[in-house]
Amino acid sequence: MTATLSIVVVEPDRDRALLIVDSLRDAGDFDVHVIAEPTGLARRIQALKPDLVLIDLENPSRDMLEELALASGPLDRPVAMFVDRDGAGLTEAAIEAGVSAYVVDGLKATRVKPVLDAAIARFRMFQRMRTELAETKRALEERKMIDRAKGMLMRARGIDEDAAYALLRKTAMDQGKRVAEVASALVTAAGLLG
Amino acid sequence: MIAATLSLGFLPLVDAAPLIVAHEMGFAAEESIALDLRRAPSWSSVRDMLSFGRVEAAHMLSPVPVAVALGLGGAGTPLSAVSVLSMNGDGIGVSNELAARMRAGGHDFDYVDARKAGEALIAHASHPLRLGVPFPFSMHAELLYYWLTALGMPAPQNVDIRTVPPALMAQAMEAGEIDAFCVGEPWGSMAVENGVGTLLLPGNAIWKSSPEKVLAVRSDWAEAEPDLLGRLIRAVWRAGRWLAEPGAPTLAAELLSRKEYLDLPAEILDRALTGRMVISARGEERQVDRFIEFHRGGASFPWRSQAEWIGIQLAARTGLDRASAARAARAVFRSDLYRAALQGTRADLPGASSKIEGALSEATAVASVSGRLFLGPDSFFDGRIFEPTGS
Repeated sequence: MTATLSIVVVEPDRDRALLIVDSLRDAGDFDVHVIAEPTGLARRIQALKPDLVLIDLENPSRDMLEELALASGPLDRPVAMFVDRDGAGLTEAAIEAGVSAYVVDGLKATRVKPVLDAAIARFRMFQRMRTELAETKRALEERKMIDRAKGMLMRARGIDEDAAYALLRKTAMDQGKRVAEVASALVTAAGLLG
Repeated sequence: MIAATLSLGFLPLVDAAPLIVAHEMGFAAEESIALDLRRAPSWSSVRDMLSFGRVEAAHMLSPVPVAVALGLGGAGTPLSAVSVLSMNGDGIGVSNELAARMRAGGHDFDYVDARKAGEALIAHASHPLRLGVPFPFSMHAELLYYWLTALGMPAPQNVDIRTVPPALMAQAMEAGEIDAFCVGEPWGSMAVENGVGTLLLPGNAIWKSSPEKVLAVRSDWAEAEPDLLGRLIRAVWRAGRWLAEPGAPTLAAELLSRKEYLDLPAEILDRALTGRMVISARGEERQVDRFIEFHRGGASFPWRSQAEWIGIQLAARTGLDRASAARAARAVFRSDLYRAALQGTRADLPGASSKIEGALSEATAVASVSGRLFLGPDSFFDGRIFEPTGS
Protein backbone atom coordinates (compact mmCIF):
# COMPACT_ATOMS: atom_id res chain seq x y z
CA MET A 1 0.00 0.00 0.00
CA THR A 2 1.88 3.04 -1.22
CA ALA A 3 -0.99 5.26 -2.34
CA THR A 4 -1.29 8.66 -0.68
CA LEU A 5 -2.54 8.33 2.87
CA SER A 6 -6.03 9.77 3.19
CA ILE A 7 -6.87 11.56 6.40
CA VAL A 8 -10.16 12.93 7.74
CA VAL A 9 -9.95 15.71 10.32
CA VAL A 10 -13.12 16.22 12.39
CA GLU A 11 -13.04 19.78 13.67
CA PRO A 12 -15.93 22.24 13.93
CA ASP A 13 -13.73 25.33 14.38
CA ARG A 14 -12.65 26.56 10.96
CA ASP A 15 -9.43 28.26 12.08
CA ARG A 16 -8.28 25.27 14.05
CA ALA A 17 -9.11 22.97 11.14
CA LEU A 18 -6.98 25.10 8.81
CA LEU A 19 -4.06 25.03 11.23
CA ILE A 20 -4.26 21.24 11.48
CA VAL A 21 -4.43 20.84 7.72
CA ASP A 22 -1.43 23.16 7.29
CA SER A 23 0.73 21.21 9.69
CA LEU A 24 -0.26 17.91 8.07
CA ARG A 25 0.69 19.33 4.67
CA ASP A 26 4.06 20.31 6.09
CA ALA A 27 4.55 16.78 7.39
CA GLY A 28 4.02 15.02 4.09
CA ASP A 29 1.91 14.44 1.03
CA PHE A 30 -1.50 13.48 2.35
CA ASP A 31 -5.03 13.61 1.07
CA VAL A 32 -6.80 15.59 3.82
CA HIS A 33 -10.55 16.11 4.26
CA VAL A 34 -12.14 18.23 6.97
CA ILE A 35 -15.59 17.49 8.40
CA ALA A 36 -17.00 20.29 10.53
CA GLU A 37 -20.61 19.19 11.08
CA PRO A 38 -21.32 16.35 13.52
CA THR A 39 -24.53 15.36 11.69
CA GLY A 40 -24.19 11.92 10.13
CA LEU A 41 -20.52 11.86 11.00
CA ALA A 42 -20.01 8.10 10.89
CA ARG A 43 -21.75 7.80 7.53
CA ARG A 44 -19.76 10.62 5.99
CA ILE A 45 -16.50 9.16 7.17
CA GLN A 46 -17.48 5.77 5.81
CA ALA A 47 -18.17 7.32 2.43
CA LEU A 48 -14.69 8.86 2.37
CA LYS A 49 -13.00 5.58 3.41
CA PRO A 50 -10.03 7.30 5.01
CA ASP A 51 -6.99 5.49 6.35
CA LEU A 52 -6.93 7.66 9.41
CA VAL A 53 -9.32 9.91 11.33
CA LEU A 54 -8.17 12.64 13.69
CA ILE A 55 -10.55 14.15 16.24
CA ASP A 56 -10.22 16.32 19.33
CA LEU A 57 -10.45 14.22 22.49
CA GLU A 58 -12.70 16.94 23.92
CA ASN A 59 -15.17 16.67 21.04
CA PRO A 60 -18.30 14.88 22.31
CA SER A 61 -19.12 13.79 18.77
CA ARG A 62 -16.22 11.39 19.04
CA ASP A 63 -18.60 8.70 20.31
CA MET A 64 -20.21 8.67 16.87
CA LEU A 65 -16.97 7.25 15.48
CA GLU A 66 -17.39 4.18 17.66
CA GLU A 67 -20.10 3.10 15.24
CA LEU A 68 -17.35 2.59 12.69
CA ALA A 69 -15.99 -0.29 14.73
CA LEU A 70 -19.30 -2.05 14.15
CA ALA A 71 -20.22 -0.67 10.76
CA SER A 72 -19.08 -3.44 8.50
CA GLY A 73 -18.63 -6.19 11.03
CA PRO A 74 -15.70 -6.50 13.41
CA LEU A 75 -13.61 -8.60 11.03
CA ASP A 76 -14.23 -6.68 7.87
CA ARG A 77 -12.83 -3.19 8.05
CA PRO A 78 -11.98 -2.42 11.62
CA VAL A 79 -11.23 1.12 12.57
CA ALA A 80 -9.54 1.20 15.91
CA MET A 81 -7.99 3.68 18.23
CA PHE A 82 -4.36 3.58 17.24
CA VAL A 83 -2.52 1.03 19.31
CA ASP A 84 1.22 1.25 19.54
CA ARG A 85 3.09 -1.26 17.51
CA ASP A 86 6.45 0.47 17.41
CA GLY A 87 6.70 1.09 21.13
CA ALA A 88 7.23 4.81 20.66
CA GLY A 89 4.36 5.66 23.04
CA LEU A 90 2.51 7.43 20.24
CA THR A 91 -0.96 6.72 21.59
CA GLU A 92 -0.10 7.94 25.06
CA ALA A 93 1.46 11.08 23.62
CA ALA A 94 -1.64 11.63 21.50
CA ILE A 95 -4.02 11.27 24.42
CA GLU A 96 -1.92 13.57 26.53
CA ALA A 97 -2.04 16.18 23.81
CA GLY A 98 -5.81 15.78 23.48
CA VAL A 99 -6.07 14.19 20.06
CA SER A 100 -7.57 10.85 19.25
CA ALA A 101 -6.71 8.97 16.11
CA TYR A 102 -8.70 6.21 14.51
CA VAL A 103 -6.62 4.10 12.22
CA VAL A 104 -7.59 1.42 9.75
CA ASP A 105 -6.22 -1.82 11.09
CA GLY A 106 -3.12 -3.06 9.34
CA LEU A 107 -1.76 0.36 8.46
CA LYS A 108 1.97 0.45 9.15
CA ALA A 109 3.07 2.45 12.16
CA THR A 110 5.84 4.07 10.11
CA ARG A 111 3.23 5.63 7.82
CA VAL A 112 1.09 6.85 10.69
CA LYS A 113 3.88 8.30 12.77
CA PRO A 114 4.57 11.51 10.82
CA VAL A 115 0.85 12.28 10.74
CA LEU A 116 0.43 11.76 14.45
CA ASP A 117 3.61 13.65 15.28
CA ALA A 118 2.33 16.68 13.38
CA ALA A 119 -1.15 16.41 14.91
CA ILE A 120 0.24 16.00 18.40
CA ALA A 121 2.39 19.10 18.09
CA ARG A 122 -0.59 21.10 16.82
CA PHE A 123 -2.95 19.89 19.52
CA ARG A 124 -0.40 20.63 22.24
CA MET A 125 -0.45 24.21 21.02
CA PHE A 126 -4.28 24.24 21.14
CA GLN A 127 -4.13 22.89 24.67
CA ARG A 128 -1.77 25.66 25.74
CA MET A 129 -4.07 28.24 24.16
CA ARG A 130 -7.06 26.72 25.94
CA THR A 131 -5.29 26.85 29.31
CA GLU A 132 -4.14 30.41 28.72
CA LEU A 133 -7.64 31.50 27.78
CA ALA A 134 -9.14 29.89 30.88
CA GLU A 135 -6.48 31.50 33.07
CA THR A 136 -7.08 34.92 31.52
CA LYS A 137 -10.83 34.60 32.04
CA ARG A 138 -10.35 33.54 35.65
CA ALA A 139 -7.99 36.43 36.31
CA LEU A 140 -10.47 38.87 34.80
CA GLU A 141 -13.32 37.54 36.91
CA GLU A 142 -11.21 37.79 40.04
CA ARG A 143 -10.27 41.34 39.12
CA LYS A 144 -13.95 42.26 38.80
CA MET A 145 -14.80 40.61 42.12
CA ILE A 146 -12.00 42.48 43.91
CA ASP A 147 -13.17 45.77 42.40
CA ARG A 148 -16.71 45.18 43.65
CA ALA A 149 -15.48 44.29 47.14
CA LYS A 150 -13.29 47.40 47.19
CA GLY A 151 -16.26 49.53 46.19
CA MET A 152 -18.35 48.09 49.01
CA LEU A 153 -15.65 48.70 51.59
CA MET A 154 -15.10 52.26 50.37
CA ARG A 155 -18.80 53.07 50.73
CA ALA A 156 -19.34 51.22 54.03
CA ARG A 157 -16.25 52.54 55.80
CA GLY A 158 -15.68 55.81 54.01
CA ILE A 159 -12.11 54.88 53.06
CA ASP A 160 -10.22 55.36 49.81
CA GLU A 161 -9.40 52.70 47.24
CA ASP A 162 -5.87 51.97 48.46
CA ALA A 163 -7.07 51.56 52.03
CA ALA A 164 -9.87 49.26 50.90
CA TYR A 165 -7.43 47.07 49.02
CA ALA A 166 -5.02 47.05 51.97
CA LEU A 167 -7.86 45.91 54.21
CA LEU A 168 -8.75 43.06 51.84
CA ARG A 169 -5.11 42.02 51.61
CA LYS A 170 -4.59 42.08 55.36
CA THR A 171 -7.75 40.00 55.95
CA ALA A 172 -6.62 37.53 53.33
CA MET A 173 -3.19 37.19 54.95
CA ASP A 174 -4.70 36.77 58.41
CA GLN A 175 -7.01 34.00 57.20
CA GLY A 176 -4.47 32.33 54.95
CA LYS A 177 -6.67 32.93 51.90
CA ARG A 178 -6.30 34.60 48.55
CA VAL A 179 -7.48 38.19 48.13
CA ALA A 180 -9.97 37.04 45.47
CA GLU A 181 -11.49 34.55 47.91
CA VAL A 182 -11.99 37.16 50.61
CA ALA A 183 -13.48 39.56 48.06
CA SER A 184 -15.85 36.89 46.79
CA ALA A 185 -16.95 36.01 50.35
CA LEU A 186 -17.65 39.68 51.07
CA VAL A 187 -19.67 40.16 47.89
CA THR A 188 -21.69 36.99 48.58
CA ALA A 189 -22.33 37.98 52.21
CA ALA A 190 -23.38 41.48 51.17
CA GLY A 191 -25.76 39.95 48.64
CA LEU A 192 -27.33 37.78 51.33
CA LEU A 193 -27.73 40.69 53.75
CA GLY A 194 -29.36 42.67 50.99
CA MET B 1 -4.37 10.28 56.84
CA ILE B 2 -4.96 9.98 53.12
CA ALA B 3 -3.36 6.81 51.73
CA ALA B 4 -3.70 7.79 48.09
CA THR B 5 -5.50 10.01 45.63
CA LEU B 6 -7.39 8.13 42.95
CA SER B 7 -8.46 9.86 39.78
CA LEU B 8 -11.85 8.91 38.39
CA GLY B 9 -13.39 9.70 35.02
CA PHE B 10 -17.11 10.44 34.80
CA LEU B 11 -19.72 11.79 32.41
CA PRO B 12 -22.17 14.48 33.54
CA LEU B 13 -25.15 12.24 34.32
CA VAL B 14 -27.36 11.67 37.37
CA ASP B 15 -25.97 8.15 37.71
CA ALA B 16 -22.48 9.50 38.43
CA ALA B 17 -23.99 10.31 41.85
CA PRO B 18 -22.28 7.52 43.84
CA LEU B 19 -18.83 8.82 42.83
CA ILE B 20 -19.70 12.46 43.47
CA VAL B 21 -21.33 11.62 46.81
CA ALA B 22 -18.39 9.40 47.85
CA HIS B 23 -16.17 12.45 47.37
CA GLU B 24 -18.45 15.24 48.65
CA MET B 25 -19.98 13.45 51.65
CA GLY B 26 -16.67 12.13 52.95
CA PHE B 27 -17.17 8.41 52.29
CA ALA B 28 -13.87 8.34 50.40
CA ALA B 29 -12.10 10.15 53.25
CA GLU B 30 -13.51 7.56 55.69
CA GLU B 31 -11.58 4.98 53.69
CA SER B 32 -8.48 7.21 53.71
CA ILE B 33 -8.57 7.89 50.01
CA ALA B 34 -9.09 11.12 48.10
CA LEU B 35 -10.95 11.19 44.80
CA ASP B 36 -9.97 13.43 41.93
CA LEU B 37 -13.10 13.50 39.75
CA ARG B 38 -12.50 14.33 36.11
CA ARG B 39 -15.43 15.14 33.89
CA ALA B 40 -15.07 13.66 30.40
CA PRO B 41 -16.69 14.79 27.15
CA SER B 42 -17.56 11.34 25.74
CA TRP B 43 -17.77 7.66 26.60
CA SER B 44 -14.97 6.73 24.25
CA SER B 45 -12.71 9.23 25.97
CA VAL B 46 -13.58 7.87 29.45
CA ARG B 47 -12.77 4.38 28.23
CA ASP B 48 -9.48 5.49 26.68
CA MET B 49 -8.53 7.59 29.73
CA LEU B 50 -8.94 4.40 31.76
CA SER B 51 -7.25 2.10 29.24
CA PHE B 52 -4.18 4.29 28.95
CA GLY B 53 -3.81 4.91 32.66
CA ARG B 54 -4.88 8.57 32.78
CA VAL B 55 -7.37 7.65 35.52
CA GLU B 56 -7.50 4.72 37.94
CA ALA B 57 -11.23 4.10 37.74
CA ALA B 58 -14.25 5.27 35.80
CA HIS B 59 -18.02 5.65 35.65
CA MET B 60 -18.80 3.47 32.67
CA LEU B 61 -21.66 2.05 30.62
CA SER B 62 -22.05 -1.56 31.75
CA PRO B 63 -21.62 -3.03 28.23
CA VAL B 64 -18.35 -1.17 27.52
CA PRO B 65 -15.96 -3.40 29.53
CA VAL B 66 -17.79 -6.44 28.13
CA ALA B 67 -17.38 -5.09 24.58
CA VAL B 68 -13.67 -4.55 25.21
CA ALA B 69 -13.38 -8.18 26.39
CA LEU B 70 -14.99 -9.27 23.11
CA GLY B 71 -12.57 -7.16 21.09
CA LEU B 72 -15.17 -4.57 20.10
CA GLY B 73 -13.84 -1.03 20.29
CA GLY B 74 -11.15 0.36 22.52
CA ALA B 75 -7.47 -0.37 22.80
CA GLY B 76 -7.94 -3.87 24.14
CA THR B 77 -6.64 -3.20 27.67
CA PRO B 78 -8.71 -5.64 29.80
CA LEU B 79 -11.19 -3.81 32.02
CA SER B 80 -13.08 -5.09 35.06
CA ALA B 81 -16.45 -4.02 36.42
CA VAL B 82 -15.94 -4.22 40.17
CA SER B 83 -19.31 -2.86 41.25
CA VAL B 84 -22.56 -1.74 39.67
CA LEU B 85 -22.94 2.01 40.23
CA SER B 86 -26.60 2.26 39.26
CA MET B 87 -29.46 0.08 38.23
CA ASN B 88 -32.04 1.43 35.72
CA GLY B 89 -32.26 5.19 35.17
CA ASP B 90 -32.61 5.44 31.38
CA GLY B 91 -35.56 7.03 29.69
CA ILE B 92 -37.10 6.62 26.27
CA GLY B 93 -38.53 9.72 24.66
CA VAL B 94 -40.14 10.62 21.35
CA SER B 95 -40.26 13.84 19.38
CA ASN B 96 -43.29 16.02 20.03
CA GLU B 97 -44.42 15.46 16.48
CA LEU B 98 -44.41 11.69 16.90
CA ALA B 99 -46.00 12.05 20.35
CA ALA B 100 -48.86 14.01 18.80
CA ARG B 101 -49.44 11.26 16.23
CA MET B 102 -49.38 8.62 18.97
CA ARG B 103 -51.83 10.59 21.11
CA ALA B 104 -54.13 11.05 18.12
CA GLY B 105 -53.98 7.27 17.69
CA GLY B 106 -55.17 6.81 21.26
CA HIS B 107 -51.95 6.25 23.21
CA ASP B 108 -52.23 7.63 26.75
CA PHE B 109 -48.52 7.97 27.71
CA ASP B 110 -49.05 6.09 30.95
CA TYR B 111 -45.25 5.73 31.21
CA VAL B 112 -45.70 2.15 32.50
CA ASP B 113 -46.74 -0.36 29.87
CA ALA B 114 -43.84 -1.18 27.54
CA ARG B 115 -45.88 -3.36 25.22
CA LYS B 116 -48.60 -0.78 24.70
CA ALA B 117 -46.09 2.06 24.26
CA GLY B 118 -43.94 0.04 21.85
CA GLU B 119 -46.89 -1.00 19.69
CA ALA B 120 -48.07 2.61 19.51
CA LEU B 121 -44.56 3.74 18.59
CA ILE B 122 -44.22 1.16 15.80
CA ALA B 123 -47.70 1.94 14.49
CA HIS B 124 -47.22 5.70 14.28
CA ALA B 125 -43.52 6.20 13.48
CA SER B 126 -42.31 6.73 9.96
CA HIS B 127 -39.99 3.95 8.87
CA PRO B 128 -37.18 3.36 9.31
CA LEU B 129 -37.49 4.69 12.84
CA ARG B 130 -34.52 6.92 13.64
CA LEU B 131 -33.29 6.23 17.17
CA GLY B 132 -30.65 8.13 19.14
CA VAL B 133 -28.51 6.27 21.66
CA PRO B 134 -25.48 7.71 23.47
CA PHE B 135 -23.10 4.89 22.57
CA PRO B 136 -23.08 1.74 20.42
CA PHE B 137 -22.22 -0.34 23.50
CA SER B 138 -24.79 0.78 26.06
CA MET B 139 -27.73 -0.53 28.05
CA HIS B 140 -29.73 2.13 26.17
CA ALA B 141 -29.10 0.36 22.88
CA GLU B 142 -29.64 -3.09 24.41
CA LEU B 143 -32.99 -2.14 25.96
CA LEU B 144 -34.25 -0.59 22.72
CA TYR B 145 -33.20 -3.62 20.65
CA TYR B 146 -34.68 -6.10 23.11
CA TRP B 147 -37.97 -4.18 23.30
CA LEU B 148 -38.49 -3.54 19.58
CA THR B 149 -37.38 -7.02 18.55
CA ALA B 150 -39.80 -8.61 21.03
CA LEU B 151 -42.58 -6.51 19.53
CA GLY B 152 -41.93 -7.73 16.02
CA MET B 153 -39.59 -5.04 14.72
CA PRO B 154 -36.18 -6.75 14.66
CA ALA B 155 -33.58 -4.19 15.79
CA PRO B 156 -31.04 -2.91 15.03
CA GLN B 157 -31.57 -4.35 11.51
CA ASN B 158 -34.83 -2.51 10.82
CA VAL B 159 -34.15 0.79 12.54
CA ASP B 160 -31.78 3.63 11.88
CA ILE B 161 -29.57 3.84 14.98
CA ARG B 162 -27.60 7.05 15.53
CA THR B 163 -25.01 7.68 18.16
CA VAL B 164 -25.64 11.02 19.84
CA PRO B 165 -23.79 12.14 22.98
CA PRO B 166 -26.24 12.50 25.92
CA ALA B 167 -25.90 16.26 26.20
CA LEU B 168 -26.67 16.69 22.49
CA MET B 169 -29.73 14.41 22.43
CA ALA B 170 -32.30 17.21 22.80
CA GLN B 171 -30.49 19.21 20.13
CA ALA B 172 -30.53 16.27 17.69
CA MET B 173 -34.26 15.88 18.27
CA GLU B 174 -34.86 19.59 17.75
CA ALA B 175 -32.89 19.45 14.49
CA GLY B 176 -35.16 16.62 13.31
CA GLU B 177 -32.33 14.08 13.12
CA ILE B 178 -33.99 11.51 15.38
CA ASP B 179 -37.60 10.46 16.10
CA ALA B 180 -36.91 8.82 19.45
CA PHE B 181 -34.10 8.28 21.93
CA CYS B 182 -33.03 6.29 24.92
CA VAL B 183 -30.79 8.35 27.18
CA GLY B 184 -29.66 8.63 30.79
CA GLU B 185 -31.08 11.33 33.02
CA PRO B 186 -31.15 14.31 33.13
CA TRP B 187 -30.93 14.42 29.34
CA GLY B 188 -34.43 13.01 28.73
CA SER B 189 -35.85 15.60 31.12
CA MET B 190 -33.82 18.27 29.36
CA ALA B 191 -35.55 17.36 26.09
CA VAL B 192 -38.89 17.88 27.89
CA GLU B 193 -37.65 21.10 29.46
CA ASN B 194 -36.53 22.46 26.09
CA GLY B 195 -39.92 21.64 24.62
CA VAL B 196 -38.64 19.21 21.96
CA GLY B 197 -39.60 15.80 23.33
CA THR B 198 -42.10 13.76 25.32
CA LEU B 199 -41.05 10.88 27.58
CA LEU B 200 -42.57 7.54 26.64
CA LEU B 201 -41.14 4.99 29.06
CA PRO B 202 -38.62 4.60 31.86
CA GLY B 203 -35.94 2.00 31.04
CA ASN B 204 -37.16 -0.26 33.84
CA ALA B 205 -40.48 -0.76 32.04
CA ILE B 206 -38.48 -3.01 29.68
CA TRP B 207 -36.22 -4.76 32.17
CA LYS B 208 -36.94 -4.14 35.85
CA SER B 209 -33.32 -4.54 37.01
CA SER B 210 -30.80 -3.66 34.35
CA PRO B 211 -27.21 -2.86 35.32
CA GLU B 212 -26.76 0.63 33.90
CA LYS B 213 -23.37 2.02 34.93
CA VAL B 214 -20.47 0.19 36.50
CA LEU B 215 -17.37 1.17 38.40
CA ALA B 216 -14.65 0.08 35.99
CA VAL B 217 -10.91 -0.33 36.55
CA ARG B 218 -8.06 -1.84 34.55
CA SER B 219 -7.84 -5.52 35.37
CA ASP B 220 -4.09 -5.31 35.96
CA TRP B 221 -4.59 -2.36 38.33
CA ALA B 222 -7.13 -4.41 40.30
CA GLU B 223 -4.51 -7.15 40.66
CA ALA B 224 -1.74 -4.76 41.63
CA GLU B 225 -3.69 -2.58 44.08
CA PRO B 226 -6.15 -4.80 45.98
CA ASP B 227 -6.06 -2.58 49.06
CA LEU B 228 -6.85 0.67 47.22
CA LEU B 229 -9.49 -1.11 45.15
CA GLY B 230 -11.16 -2.38 48.33
CA ARG B 231 -11.24 1.14 49.76
CA LEU B 232 -12.74 2.52 46.56
CA ILE B 233 -15.45 -0.17 46.37
CA ARG B 234 -16.41 0.40 50.02
CA ALA B 235 -16.50 4.19 49.69
CA VAL B 236 -18.75 3.97 46.63
CA TRP B 237 -20.95 1.31 48.28
CA ARG B 238 -21.48 3.61 51.30
CA ALA B 239 -22.30 6.48 48.97
CA GLY B 240 -24.93 4.28 47.30
CA ARG B 241 -26.38 3.36 50.69
CA TRP B 242 -26.55 7.04 51.62
CA LEU B 243 -28.31 7.82 48.33
CA ALA B 244 -31.03 5.31 49.26
CA GLU B 245 -31.89 7.22 52.45
CA PRO B 246 -35.22 9.09 52.31
CA GLY B 247 -33.82 12.62 52.55
CA ALA B 248 -30.84 12.10 50.27
CA PRO B 249 -32.24 13.02 46.82
CA THR B 250 -32.70 16.69 47.67
CA LEU B 251 -29.14 17.16 48.87
CA ALA B 252 -27.74 14.89 46.16
CA ALA B 253 -29.48 16.98 43.49
CA GLU B 254 -27.84 20.11 44.94
CA LEU B 255 -24.39 18.49 44.91
CA LEU B 256 -24.79 17.18 41.36
CA SER B 257 -26.02 20.53 40.09
CA ARG B 258 -22.70 22.22 40.88
CA LYS B 259 -20.72 23.71 38.07
CA GLU B 260 -17.90 21.15 38.22
CA TYR B 261 -20.33 18.22 37.97
CA LEU B 262 -23.53 18.53 35.91
CA ASP B 263 -23.95 22.31 35.92
CA LEU B 264 -27.76 22.07 35.55
CA PRO B 265 -30.68 23.13 37.79
CA ALA B 266 -31.13 20.87 40.84
CA GLU B 267 -34.88 20.77 40.23
CA ILE B 268 -34.35 18.82 36.99
CA LEU B 269 -31.86 16.39 38.55
CA ASP B 270 -34.27 15.77 41.41
CA ARG B 271 -36.80 14.17 39.05
CA ALA B 272 -34.78 11.03 38.34
CA LEU B 273 -33.55 10.75 41.93
CA THR B 274 -37.09 10.79 43.32
CA GLY B 275 -38.80 9.08 40.38
CA ARG B 276 -41.17 12.03 39.97
CA MET B 277 -40.85 12.49 36.25
CA VAL B 278 -42.30 15.30 34.20
CA ILE B 279 -43.00 13.65 30.84
CA SER B 280 -44.18 16.49 28.64
CA ALA B 281 -43.90 20.21 28.17
CA ARG B 282 -47.50 20.52 29.37
CA GLY B 283 -46.30 19.34 32.78
CA GLU B 284 -47.81 15.85 33.04
CA GLU B 285 -46.24 14.03 35.99
CA ARG B 286 -45.61 10.31 36.47
CA GLN B 287 -44.32 8.62 39.61
CA VAL B 288 -41.94 5.74 38.85
CA ASP B 289 -40.87 3.17 41.41
CA ARG B 290 -37.12 2.38 41.25
CA PHE B 291 -36.57 4.78 38.36
CA ILE B 292 -32.93 4.68 39.36
CA GLU B 293 -31.56 2.53 42.15
CA PHE B 294 -28.12 2.80 43.75
CA HIS B 295 -28.40 0.41 46.66
CA ARG B 296 -31.65 -1.36 47.50
CA GLY B 297 -32.25 -4.93 46.43
CA GLY B 298 -28.57 -5.68 45.92
CA ALA B 299 -28.44 -3.03 43.16
CA SER B 300 -24.66 -2.64 43.27
CA PHE B 301 -23.83 -6.35 43.12
CA PRO B 302 -22.06 -7.19 39.83
CA TRP B 303 -24.01 -10.28 38.80
CA ARG B 304 -22.06 -12.49 36.42
CA SER B 305 -25.35 -13.51 34.82
CA GLN B 306 -25.99 -9.87 33.82
CA ALA B 307 -22.56 -9.61 32.19
CA GLU B 308 -23.34 -12.82 30.34
CA TRP B 309 -26.67 -11.42 29.14
CA ILE B 310 -24.85 -8.38 27.74
CA GLY B 311 -22.13 -10.54 26.17
CA ILE B 312 -24.66 -12.73 24.39
CA GLN B 313 -26.58 -9.74 23.01
CA LEU B 314 -23.35 -8.23 21.64
CA ALA B 315 -22.20 -11.56 20.21
CA ALA B 316 -25.50 -12.22 18.47
CA ARG B 317 -25.31 -8.84 16.77
CA THR B 318 -21.70 -8.96 15.68
CA GLY B 319 -21.53 -12.60 14.66
CA LEU B 320 -19.19 -13.74 17.42
CA ASP B 321 -19.35 -17.20 18.98
CA ARG B 322 -21.95 -17.03 21.75
CA ALA B 323 -20.47 -19.59 24.11
CA SER B 324 -17.03 -17.99 24.19
CA ALA B 325 -18.56 -14.51 24.37
CA ALA B 326 -20.59 -15.63 27.39
CA ARG B 327 -17.45 -16.96 29.07
CA ALA B 328 -15.45 -13.82 28.35
CA ALA B 329 -18.29 -11.55 29.51
CA ARG B 330 -18.81 -13.40 32.79
CA ALA B 331 -15.20 -12.84 33.73
CA VAL B 332 -15.62 -9.05 33.38
CA PHE B 333 -18.12 -8.54 36.22
CA ARG B 334 -15.95 -9.18 39.26
CA SER B 335 -18.33 -10.36 41.96
CA ASP B 336 -15.26 -11.93 43.63
CA LEU B 337 -13.53 -8.55 44.09
CA TYR B 338 -16.79 -6.94 45.20
CA ARG B 339 -17.24 -9.66 47.84
CA ALA B 340 -13.65 -9.41 49.02
CA ALA B 341 -13.97 -5.64 49.48
CA LEU B 342 -17.26 -5.74 51.37
CA GLN B 343 -16.57 -8.75 53.57
CA GLY B 344 -16.79 -7.62 57.17
CA THR B 345 -18.91 -4.56 56.43
CA ARG B 346 -22.65 -4.34 56.91
CA ALA B 347 -23.26 -5.14 53.26
CA ASP B 348 -25.44 -8.19 52.85
CA LEU B 349 -23.96 -10.28 50.06
CA PRO B 350 -26.01 -12.78 48.05
CA GLY B 351 -25.01 -16.44 48.33
CA ALA B 352 -24.70 -16.88 44.55
CA SER B 353 -22.90 -14.71 41.99
CA SER B 354 -25.17 -15.57 39.13
CA LYS B 355 -28.95 -15.77 38.89
CA ILE B 356 -31.68 -16.50 36.41
CA GLU B 357 -32.48 -13.07 34.99
CA GLY B 358 -36.12 -12.14 34.65
CA ALA B 359 -37.56 -14.67 37.10
CA LEU B 360 -38.60 -12.23 39.83
CA SER B 361 -41.75 -10.24 39.23
CA GLU B 362 -41.66 -8.76 42.73
CA ALA B 363 -39.14 -8.23 45.52
CA THR B 364 -38.00 -11.66 46.69
CA ALA B 365 -35.87 -12.92 49.57
CA VAL B 366 -32.81 -14.95 48.58
CA ALA B 367 -30.08 -16.70 50.52
CA SER B 368 -27.35 -14.33 51.59
CA VAL B 369 -24.30 -14.29 53.80
CA SER B 370 -26.05 -12.85 56.85
CA GLY B 371 -29.48 -14.37 56.35
CA ARG B 372 -31.90 -13.07 53.81
CA LEU B 373 -31.39 -10.41 51.20
CA PHE B 374 -34.34 -8.96 49.34
CA LEU B 375 -33.69 -8.67 45.63
CA GLY B 376 -35.81 -6.26 43.64
CA PRO B 377 -38.02 -7.45 40.79
CA ASP B 378 -35.99 -8.22 37.67
CA SER B 379 -38.52 -9.31 35.04
CA PHE B 380 -38.44 -8.45 31.35
CA PHE B 381 -41.61 -6.85 29.95
CA ASP B 382 -42.33 -9.84 27.73
CA GLY B 383 -41.98 -12.32 30.58
CA ARG B 384 -39.01 -14.14 29.07
CA ILE B 385 -36.24 -15.39 31.32
CA PHE B 386 -32.52 -15.64 30.71
CA GLU B 387 -30.72 -18.63 32.08
CA PRO B 388 -26.96 -18.12 32.37
CA THR B 389 -24.71 -20.95 31.28
CA GLY B 390 -22.12 -20.44 34.01
CA SER B 391 -22.48 -20.03 37.75
